[in-house]
Amino acid sequence: MHLIIRILNTLIMEKLNWLKSGIILGSVFFLAVLLVKPIGVSTQFVILDAIIGDKINPELITKTGDGKIQSTNSYLNKSGAKYAKSAIQPLNYDFIFVIALAIGAFISSQLRNGVEQSEKFFPKVWNDKFGKFANKRLLVTFVSGFVVLFGARLAGGCTSGHMMSGLMQTSISAYLFALGTFLAAIPTAMIVYNKSTNRK
Amino acid sequence: MNIFLALLIGGLFGFALDRVRASNPNYIITMLKLENLYLMKAILFAIGFSSTLMFAGQMLGLVEVGHMSVKASYFGVVLGGIILGVGWAISGYCPGTGIAAAASGRVDAMIFILGGLLGAFVYMLVFDQLMDSTVMNSLFGGKVTLGTIPSSKFEGIFTIRGDILGIVLGFVFMFVAYKLPEKILKRR
Repeated sequence: MHLIIRILNTLIMEKLNWLKSGIILGSVFFLAVLLVKPIGVSTQFVILDAIIGDKINPELITKTGDGKIQSTNSYLNKSGAKYAKSAIQPLNYDFIFVIALAIGAFISSQLRNGVEQSEKFFPKVWNDKFGKFANKRLLVTFVSGFVVLFGARLAGGCTSGHMMSGLMQTSISAYLFALGTFLAAIPTAMIVYNKSTNRK
Repeated sequence: MNIFLALLIGGLFGFALDRVRASNPNYIITMLKLENLYLMKAILFAIGFSSTLMFAGQMLGLVEVGHMSVKASYFGVVLGGIILGVGWAISGYCPGTGIAAAASGRVDAMIFILGGLLGAFVYMLVFDQLMDSTVMNSLFGGKVTLGTIPSSKFEGIFTIRGDILGIVLGFVFMFVAYKLPEKILKRR
């Protein structure tokens, strides 16, 4: 009983060190491949786009006479129209997985009383460098989101699917992806958030 | 059943991302500036830990090899990684952590998701042109792993046993995580 309380306390209350964080995160990645398949997220941005797109233009995804699903968009149509099929049947594993991801993160954040007011619109690192320009931060994250998902789709996966799940499986693609990502991300972070030109 | 597992594993993943602070852009950006490597240590350990468990489980017959899903290698993987890396460093969000951050109440992450939906949409539109270009040229034979994993549908580029290699590499990842200092560059 004591042990259970201690584990629950670690999971919910404690500020985790790198080892505990690594074990928790690693356990989830293992559980995923044990029970179903490796974790992946970025494809679901395409699926949501396709769901919205099909609502606006019902011609985007159609069913032929013999029940075959097809799309006028060749990306949704690739590999036997698997993205088109997911979009007209959103109650599938991958899409629900991402919805559940949001729910899990919401519950965890509520247990620590949510994000601090000062962090809601921009993180501290942004404030230290650029000051309290929420609009600028929101514009920058919008563009970043565009860039990140375009890059993820070009690569065929993101940090979860390509890097974490891929390295776990000793996939060559994961090493290529990690190489490209860190080669770009480390210098970018150093230049953009360079402290020597701080406004403070 | 499938939906239940999606709720369970997805929920745990979102919970874990928030708990380990991977959805906090301060930690991502200071990690990429090599100022605070706490998260890098956690991620490297997680990769090594899950890899060791998975391959050991396969050897014991407890984990189905068929559950593996290896992605293709082509030039666009590197190029896409570079493009993603720039946006990741500036915003502090990647697709999974961005969703977790938005759910925790970060407004900039909600906007990140909107930008992401547009980016994925534009990719849908230019997909045809990209398919005909050299970025889709296969590298190392496509969907391949480092070693050759018994009864796996994916080929290995080396003939050594992939599951044993996976366990060895798993320990390497965990050892690197342990040895890596929390800080490389001092905060000025």
